[in-house]
Amino acid sequence: MTTMTIAKAINEGLRASLTNNPKSLLMGEDIGPLGGVYRVTDGLIRDFGADRVVDTPLAESGIVGTAIGLALRGYRPICEIQFDGFVFPGFNQITTQLAKMHSRSGGKLTVPVVIRIPYGGGIGSIEHHSESPEALFAHTAGLRIITPSNSHDAYWMIQQAVDCTDPVIFFEPKRRYWLKGEVDTENPGPASDPFQAHVLCEGSDATIVAYGPLVPVALAAAAAAEEDGHSIEVIDLRSISPIDFDTVTDSVKKTGRLIVAHEAPTFGGIGGEIAARISERAFLHLEAPVIRVGGFHMPYPVAKVEEDYLPDIDKILEALDRSLAY
Amino acid sequence: MGATQLPTPGINGTGLDLQSPAGGASSDPAAEMIQLLGPDGKLGTDPVFSDYAKRLEPEQLRGFYADMAKVRRFDQEATALQRQGELALWVPLTGQEAAQIGSGRATQRQDYIFPTYREHGVALTRDVDLAELLKLFRGISNGGWDPTENNFHLYTLVLAAQTLHSVGYAMGIQRDQKFAEANGSNDPKAAVVAYFGDGASSEGDVHESMVFAASYNAPVVFFCQNNHWAISVPTEVQTKVPLFNRAKGYGFPGIRVDGNDVIAVHAVTEWALEHAREGRGPVLIEAYTYRVGAHTTADDPTKYRESAEEQAWRGKDPLDRLEKYLRNEGLADEAFFEQVRVDGDKLAAHVRSTTQNLKGPDFRESFAGVYAEPHPLVAEELAWFEEYSAGFEGDHEDGGK
Repeated sequence: MTTMTIAKAINEGLRASLTNNPKSLLMGEDIGPLGGVYRVTDGLIRDFGADRVVDTPLAESGIVGTAIGLALRGYRPICEIQFDGFVFPGFNQITTQLAKMHSRSGGKLTVPVVIRIPYGGGIGSIEHHSESPEALFAHTAGLRIITPSNSHDAYWMIQQAVDCTDPVIFFEPKRRYWLKGEVDTENPGPASDPFQAHVLCEGSDATIVAYGPLVPVALAAAAAAEEDGHSIEVIDLRSISPIDFDTVTDSVKKTGRLIVAHEAPTFGGIGGEIAARISERAFLHLEAPVIRVGGFHMPYPVAKVEEDYLPDIDKILEALDRSLAY
Repeated sequence: MGATQLPTPGINGTGLDLQSPAGGASSDPAAEMIQLLGPDGKLGTDPVFSDYAKRLEPEQLRGFYADMAKVRRFDQEATALQRQGELALWVPLTGQEAAQIGSGRATQRQDYIFPTYREHGVALTRDVDLAELLKLFRGISNGGWDPTENNFHLYTLVLAAQTLHSVGYAMGIQRDQKFAEANGSNDPKAAVVAYFGDGASSEGDVHESMVFAASYNAPVVFFCQNNHWAISVPTEVQTKVPLFNRAKGYGFPGIRVDGNDVIAVHAVTEWALEHAREGRGPVLIEAYTYRVGAHTTADDPTKYRESAEEQAWRGKDPLDRLEKYLRNEGLADEAFFEQVRVDGDKLAAHVRSTTQNLKGPDFRESFAGVYAEPHPLVAEELAWFEEYSAGFEGDHEDGGK
């Protein structure tokens, strides 16, 4: 057991993938000598060389499109998109090509490409550097989408993404890059299935589902609610596509109440999908409507007011109050 | 000139250095359009490419003619099948046979081809069953053939997306060859051909693919069939300069070849593939040709271009000029041409009967290919669909409701 930040855990996970799989390689802008703008790939070019850690031209469609070609030749490319808002020049390649290649070929072709995207706000950055576009990808069949919230998951989930035969979008909660946590590099433990949700703390009055950057917020809200005498269950979703509805359903059957929290706008978001599925699966167990806590229907606001936009402990507690009032 | 003169980026301490182009002079062979076989059926000369043309045996030349005639006959049959409601859409290639047969026949088995969606002639040269091509157009598959069997990728309908796949694939070849050399393997070297059109040349992916190919010196031949019309929009709206000139800006050779001259296309493509396989980097070939028919069976060329233009290009027909040459040189007799006609009709009959027998898949198969690994949502939806379908099972027995 060793302690490291999420950024370091991903770095070590990438190192393990490069070591274990000679066909894996990293691609992206500034990931070589600079080590990535967040230093997630720090030191890897030194140890694996410029053919395994490829500094690419500044072109997102080019990164994803050439990664598809490499995958067709039997390689396992791991692409870095520098920031969430910059993935859109590569969106066409991801949605019309990467997601569909296996299906179009009747299963003859596989494209095991991983796309790493640092996402989410809360770092005081400028336009296009704080977005949460996961729902846009989740709506596309053929992609898998996962996001870790802690160092242990980060270390294992990036390796599991590389090992997956399907294309995986790996969303990295950038404002948690420096969050430290324990990592067992010998044994993934309960993290052995990256598409399974985890119950982080058990409770009986209500369930909060969160993922990525909002998991610590959800845990803090649950702790605050406990001081007021409420017993709250917190689930780290971990996988956005597929969603582990079984774990969420089981929890809601126990607690009768559900809050879903994410940074992305609530409209058309993952929270709506969870609310709809849970109302189908556990309607008679629900004591209150499923309540979503998320961003507003606006472009991500400027950094000086992002605190008003982002879900925080108070917004989750307000949602809990509303739920418990039914 | 070209890529070999570019400064080579290198990172110290790396094991493999795929970024350094191999040595050896690479010359941009010509700035003008390369033509060997003119519309009059006479063979001209070229300081570089005549040598390639001289390699061709009479048997190969007859083969080129037979291929072009076959794929033209196939094209006619597919168009007829579309008109008869057997296909949802057809994308005719008539006029572009030389560009496709000449380039396709220049590839070797180990090369990998990324077509757009009109490369029926190239498919023929790669031994793809042409009836398989029609699955896409009949609406029963989004692919249709196994790309790994003949190194001929699926058609790509999103313009230019495949040019990037081709470069990535070529980067994979570079790595494979490094592994192979380290293991003392003597496998023949491979290259990739990326097909696209003059319309697609406006897409950002073509630009990015050329940037990547140049940066990594990837063994890829970009084969642009300039057929002069992107549906109804002429080439002049796509580019201010001849398309082959763009290669210079990326740092690799660009060649314009008479796309209706199968001998010149073959020569130029062989040169480019050798260039790429030998590690000297990418090449752009612009095959200057003309799409005689519609873009697809859904459009009407009389709305956007003059028939005089079509007539002028019919005078440059790729089959006519090779036929003249073969006859003038005594390389083929009437019996040969008769045999070609018979073979064409046979192919057409095969395609027609196969197509009419191509049934749509069971809808359940659509669930199978979404993911390579098991996926709970797909499994859940399939289970729901099975249950839903089962609810109708008794209906037919009750009197065919």
